[in-house]
Amino acid sequence: MIQNAWLIPIFPLIGFIILGLGNNKISKTLAGIIASCAVLASFIIGISILPGFLNGETKATTINLFDWINAGAMHISFSFLIDQLSLLMILIITGVGFLIHIYSIGYMHDDEGFNRFFAYLNLFVFSMLLLVMGSNYVIMFIGWEGVGLCSYLLIGFWFKNQDYNDAAKKAFIMNRIGDLGFLLGIFLIYQTFHSVSFAEVFEGAKGFSSGDTIIVAITLLLFVGAMGKSAQLPLYTWLPDAMAGPTPVSALIHAATMVTAGIYMIARSNILYTLAPMTQTVVLFVGLATAFFAATIGLFQNDIKKVLAYSTVSQLGYMFVALGVGGYTSAMFHLTTHAFFKALLFLGAGSVIHAMSGEQDIRKMGGLRKYLPITFMTFLIGTLAISGVPPFAGFFSKDEILALTIGPYANAIFIILSFTSVMTALYMFRLFFLTFYGTFRGTDAQQHHLHESPKTITIPLMVLALLSTVGGFLGMPAIMGKTHFLNNYLAPIFDFSNIKNEPVHPSEFAEYAIIIVAVVVLLGIILWGLNRYNKNQSVPPADDVKVSPIRNLIYHKYYIDEIYDAIIIKPLNGFGRMFNKVLENEIIDGMVNGIGKTVIWSGKTLRLVQTGAIGFYIFAMVAGIILILLYNLFMV
Amino acid sequence: MAPYFFYFLAFLSILSALMVVFSKNPVYSVLYLVITFFSIAGQYILLNAQFLAAVHVIVYAGAIMVLFLFVVMLLNLNKELEPHKSSLLKLSGVIAAGLLLVTIVGSYRGAAVQVVGSAMDTPTYDNQIGLVKNLGKVLFGDFLLPFEISSVLFLSAMVGAVMLGKKDKV
Amino acid sequence: MLTQTLKTIPIEHYIYLSSILFAIGVLGVLIRRNAIIIFMSIELMLNAVTLLLAAFSTYRSDAAGQVFVFFIMVVAAAEVAVGLAIIVMIFRNIKSIDINLLNKLKW
Repeated sequence: MIQNAWLIPIFPLIGFIILGLGNNKISKTLAGIIASCAVLASFIIGISILPGFLNGETKATTINLFDWINAGAMHISFSFLIDQLSLLMILIITGVGFLIHIYSIGYMHDDEGFNRFFAYLNLFVFSMLLLVMGSNYVIMFIGWEGVGLCSYLLIGFWFKNQDYNDAAKKAFIMNRIGDLGFLLGIFLIYQTFHSVSFAEVFEGAKGFSSGDTIIVAITLLLFVGAMGKSAQLPLYTWLPDAMAGPTPVSALIHAATMVTAGIYMIARSNILYTLAPMTQTVVLFVGLATAFFAATIGLFQNDIKKVLAYSTVSQLGYMFVALGVGGYTSAMFHLTTHAFFKALLFLGAGSVIHAMSGEQDIRKMGGLRKYLPITFMTFLIGTLAISGVPPFAGFFSKDEILALTIGPYANAIFIILSFTSVMTALYMFRLFFLTFYGTFRGTDAQQHHLHESPKTITIPLMVLALLSTVGGFLGMPAIMGKTHFLNNYLAPIFDFSNIKNEPVHPSEFAEYAIIIVAVVVLLGIILWGLNRYNKNQSVPPADDVKVSPIRNLIYHKYYIDEIYDAIIIKPLNGFGRMFNKVLENEIIDGMVNGIGKTVIWSGKTLRLVQTGAIGFYIFAMVAGIILILLYNLFMV
Repeated sequence: MAPYFFYFLAFLSILSALMVVFSKNPVYSVLYLVITFFSIAGQYILLNAQFLAAVHVIVYAGAIMVLFLFVVMLLNLNKELEPHKSSLLKLSGVIAAGLLLVTIVGSYRGAAVQVVGSAMDTPTYDNQIGLVKNLGKVLFGDFLLPFEISSVLFLSAMVGAVMLGKKDKV
Repeated sequence: MLTQTLKTIPIEHYIYLSSILFAIGVLGVLIRRNAIIIFMSIELMLNAVTLLLAAFSTYRSDAAGQVFVFFIMVVAAAEVAVGLAIIVMIFRNIKSIDINLLNKLKW
C-alpha cells in the first residue's frame, strides 16, 4: 500500500495540468470538482497508508522514482520518503487543503479567474507535497521554491491591483533572502556529507560531536531559510502584506501549510539541530521575539485579516520556541492544531468578508452573530482554540510548549511566552467581539446585503471547527492519564534527539497551576471583552484620531516597513541609481558609443582617400609594392 | 653571334616599349607594341621555346593587337586628344617606376639565388621541352583540368564582352 | 646550337630585361591618361612576366613554366576582350576615355 504513495503528489499535478491547459474551456463547476477531487484522492491515499504506521507494521520507506542528477560522484535521486512525520504533513496538507478547495468553490464563485485560481491551488498542493515528501534536501528545495512561486502567484492573484502586485513581489523577494540561506545550507551539507539525502546526512551527522562548528553553520543557514518561509523576525513583514491574496489562500498557504514549512524542515533535520545547541538557542530567541513582537502588533490592528496574519506570525514564533528547546513533537503538535484553528479562523473571516461585500475593517462590522450564525459559532470555536481555552485544540498544544519552557533562563522565556499567550487571547477576543457583538456599524447597503454564506463555505467551517475542538486530544498531557498519542506516533523520527537531550517534564503541580491560571485569565479576558465591546460598544478610534504614542507606534507596526525602507531599500535604490548614472551611462555606454563614434569618425576621415581617380589608386598600389619589396629587402 | 642577337632583341624590346608609353598618338603606340611583341617572340626562340614563340605571335601580334587597333580606329582616337598630365605627376610617375625597378633588381641581388646553369650542365637536361610534342603531353596530362577550366573562362569572357558591347535597350 | 648560346647568357640578364620591361609598363600606367595606352602598358607588364617564366622554364628544363605562359595568354586574351568592351562602353557614355574623368566612384 505504501508503494502507492508516489501517487499522492501526482493527483494535484494532473489537476494543475488539466486546469492550466484547459483554462477557459472548462466550466467553473467542473474545474472546482477536478481540483477538489485531485486533493481528495491524495488525502485518501494518505489515509490508507496511516493504519500501517499506527500499529507499527509499516516502517519509514523511501520510494525511488528515478535517478535525477548523476554527475561524477554526485547522485541525487528523485525519491520520496514516507515516514510518520511526512505522513502527518501530507494529511494536514491534503485534508485542510481539500476543505479549503471546497470552501473556495463557494468563495471564489463570482471571480473571473476561477479556473486559474484552482490551477494555482493544485500546483501549490503539489509543490507542498513535494516539499514534505522529498527524501533529500534538493527535492525539498524544489517544493520549497514551488510553494514560494504559488504564494507569489496567489498573493498577486488579483493582479490588476498594483498594491497586491507589490505585496506579491515583497513576499517573493523576502522569501528569496531566506531561500539563499537554505540553498547555502544545502551546499554546505553536500560538502560535509557528500550527500543530500536525509538518511545519509543524518547517519553521517551522528559521527559529529555536539556543537561542531560545521553543523552549527549548516543549521544556522537552514534556519535562515526557515525564517524567510515561516515569517520570523526579521523577515516577517511579507506575511501581513500577503493578506492581499484571496482569503482561502491566506488560510491554506499563509496560515496552515506553507508557512509551516520552516517548522517541518527543522523538525526533519532535528538530528542536526540537536547537535548544534548554539543554533537551538538562536532559534529559541528568534521564535520568542517573533511571538511577542507580532502579538503586540496584533493588539491594535483593525483589519480582520491583518490581525489573523500577525497572530499567525506569533504562533509560528511559538513553534520555533518549541523547536529551540528541543520539543520537536510539541512543535509538530502545535503546527497541527494551528493548521486546524487558523484555517478555521481565516475561513471564518473570509465568510465575514464575503457577507460584508469585501469590507475588512472590524470598525465597520459588529453584531454579525445574528446574521451569520454558523460563521459565528465556528469562529467562536476557533477563537477559543487559539486562545487556549480547554478543551479546545490550542489549549493542549500551547500548554505543552509553555510547559517545556519552564526552567531554563530563570523562567524568563516561560513568563514572556505566557504574557504573549495572554495577548493572543486579548487580540483574538477583541477581534471576535468587535465583529460579532455590539451593533452593526457598516453602511445600510452592507446591512441589507448581509447573509449567511452558502453550504460550500459553511461545511468546511464546521468540519474545521470539529477538528479544532478534538484536535487537542492527539496529545493529552500526562496528568490527564492518557498516553500522548502524537508523541508515540512521532517517536521514531525524534529518537535520536530525545536521547541526546531528555525532554523536560514539568512537575504535576506546575502543570495544574498552568492550566488553572490559564483558565482564570482567559475567563477574565472574555468578561472584559464582553463588557467593553458588547455592553459599552467601544470601538477602536479612527485613523486620524490622536492616540498615545506607544499605541500609535504599535498601530503602525513599529514602523518596521518604514525602517526597512529607509535602511535597506533606499540605500539600495541609491546605489542602483548611482551605478546606473555612472557605471551604466558613463562608462559602459561611453565605451559602446565610443567604439561606434570612433568607427564613424575614422570612416568619415578615411573615405576621403577614395578620390575616384584611378591614377591615384595605381600610384598608391605601386607605392605599396615598393614598400613590400623594400621590407623584404632590408628586414627579412 | 647568338649572344649579340639576345642583346639586340633586348634593346629593341626596351626601346619599343618606351615608345609605346611615350607616343602621343595611340595608333603609333599600338604599332610599337607589335614590335615589342615580335622581339619578345624572338626571345622565346632563343630560349628554345619555338611553339610558344609561334603562339605568341599569333595571339598577341595577330589577335590582341588587331583588336586594340580596331578599337582605336573605331573610337577615332588616332588624334592627339589627350590633355597632358602635369609634369610634376609625370616626374613622380617616373621616380616611382624607377624606384620599383631598383627595388626589384635590388631584391633579386639581395636574395642572391644561384640558379644559372644549374640544370643545364646535368645530363638529364632536355632542350626539347619547348616543342609541341612535349608541351602537349604536359598540357593535356598534368594540366588537363586547368586547361578545360580555361575554356569556361573564355566562354564567360566572350559572353561578358558581348553583353558589355551591346547598346543597352533596357 | 641554341643551348650553347644560352650558356653564354646568364639568367640574370633575362631577369633584368623582364624587370625593365615591367617597370616601363608601370611607368606607362602611371603617367598616361588614355585608357587604351594604360591597357597596353598592362599587356607589356604581362609579357615581361611571361618572358621570365619561359626563361626559367628553359633554364630549369621544366615544361610547366611554358604551360603557365599559355594560361597567362588565355587570361590576357579574355581580359582584353572584356576590357576593350568596357572601354567602348565608357566611350559611348562619356565620349572620352580619359581616366581622370572616371572619378564618379568616390566617397
